Amino acid sequence: MSIRERLSGNEAAATAMKQINPDVVAAFPITPSTEIPQYFSTFVANGTVDTEFVAVESEHSAMSACIGAQAAGARAMTATSANGLSLMWEMIYIASSLRLPIVLSLVNRAVSGPLNIHNDHSDAMGVRDSGWIMLFSENNQEAYDNTLMAHRIAEHKDVMLPLMICQDGFITSHSIENIELEEDDKVKEFVGEYHPEHFLLNKKEPIAVGPLDVQSYLFEHKAQQAQAMKNAKKVILEVAKDFEKMTGRKYGFFEEYKLEDAEVAVVCMNSTAGTTKYVVNKLREQGIKAGLLKVRVYRPFPAEEIAEALGHLKAIAIFDKADSLNAAGGALFEDVVSSMYVNQKNVPAVNYVYGIGGRDTKADDIEKVYIELLEIAKNGKVENPYRYFGLRKEGENNAL
Amino acid sequence: MDNLIEIRWHGRGGQGAKTASLLLADAAFNTGKYIQGFPEYGPERMGAPITAYNRISSSPITIHSNIYEPDYVVVVDDTLLESVKVTAGLKETGAIIINTTKPANYLKEVLKDYKGSIYTIDARKISEQTLGKYFPNTPMLASIVKVSGIMSDEALLEDMKGSFKHKFAKKPEVIEGNMKALEMALKEVKKI
Repeated sequence: MSIRERLSGNEAAATAMKQINPDVVAAFPITPSTEIPQYFSTFVANGTVDTEFVAVESEHSAMSACIGAQAAGARAMTATSANGLSLMWEMIYIASSLRLPIVLSLVNRAVSGPLNIHNDHSDAMGVRDSGWIMLFSENNQEAYDNTLMAHRIAEHKDVMLPLMICQDGFITSHSIENIELEEDDKVKEFVGEYHPEHFLLNKKEPIAVGPLDVQSYLFEHKAQQAQAMKNAKKVILEVAKDFEKMTGRKYGFFEEYKLEDAEVAVVCMNSTAGTTKYVVNKLREQGIKAGLLKVRVYRPFPAEEIAEALGHLKAIAIFDKADSLNAAGGALFEDVVSSMYVNQKNVPAVNYVYGIGGRDTKADDIEKVYIELLEIAKNGKVENPYRYFGLRKEGENNAL
Repeated sequence: MDNLIEIRWHGRGGQGAKTASLLLADAAFNTGKYIQGFPEYGPERMGAPITAYNRISSSPITIHSNIYEPDYVVVVDDTLLESVKVTAGLKETGAIIINTTKPANYLKEVLKDYKGSIYTIDARKISEQTLGKYFPNTPMLASIVKVSGIMSDEALLEDMKGSFKHKFAKKPEVIEGNMKALEMALKEVKKI
């Protein structure tokens, strides 16, 4: 039986980590993810877990310690946000290229500058091509569930890649909401033990980790990493199936919300999907065929499946909570439209950059997007594909 | 969302408006509801205006924005009345509850754009009498429960007894005072 509780998103992530009881957690505090290692360190102090907690002096060291621990044969976890992830950047690539299935809880926050502690996805988007599996979470429940599934995916012998679970800073990390938790013993059984094939402390098989990889090898190793990312797709679905058996909660690459018979739809990630569901229901009551595709698995990107799911629509809007500042579209927009082009699905698409630096994402703004989509659906034409919502116009007062 | 109730709290940093919103979320959760309790984080410091929110519903809540058209507004510090538009978007079918000793004609004048009900409570007096210190959040919690009817007085008292026992495990001497503060506030909150 699931346990009815109420927790913040950070509490949910820390609870999952407690139940997983990893060998090593190395972390450095940064808003808004600070509470995760803070709660976890109390579990360590209370003896609730037998994890080795390494209080490092920076995020670069946090990821380095995780790499060292994982390479030695241990299961290592960490948590961070924004500039913490920026400082890890060098080691983020080392972790994935050494094929170390480290699990990181990323509480999304705007990367400075100027300094801002609030939510957007610029931190996650900065590492989207680093070879990490990336799962996004609408709410505390999904942050918890994704964490419980993380090790089974990352540590699978056909995958062996690090994985990060994203959730929106403050919006879900600091909001208390209902949640269904699983019992400790069930989680333990579901997650299982970590038995790496190769590891540094295996005296029967001495190995070197991270030696020089010259012209004659790096390309092949990168191709293997790319193949592992492709393999992850199958594993993600298998693990989701087992998870559904345990909890009744169903997960895929993405969630299709009233999408099947929809004419216009929004594609987005994390907490915005919840607000969009509210808007979809409101519009459906007015007879408007609105739908939503919420991306859960952003890396590997389920290109073919997304193109298939969106192919029947008359117009789509893709929301990016990070501006790529490239005079073209945001990252999710580019991923979605390239998937559609390659899979020969021709649907008019627009990009909306929104919610930057914690700008509140209002239901009214999302509703306006659907109205604009209806207009595009009618004309079949997109005048300006690169748009904003929630951005103040010149002269508009700045009261929030 | 069936029976969705949205509440916005206005207070000043350090007065416990955020804690009160989390306590309310807890109490409503314990009566079987779906809840959200979240503060709006800004550059917080003691004394600066802060906002916190609650959603309470009998079905799951998916919306994750701030609250712009609340059913109820709770004002923990009446010095905010002239500097923050506390009634912005407040439904006229709802109510505003203010911690104040200011006269009714002043409140009606300062809130003259708001046509709904105005309730007052002297949380300072209650807090100082029951706790010997100024912690307005416990009386304000009782006031919003009373005015909104989210749960019965008895359900609140029963639930908070458990919460206080847990929350004040290391200083049990304040439990009785907090319970008295709730009881007094349930009786003293009044419509003007």
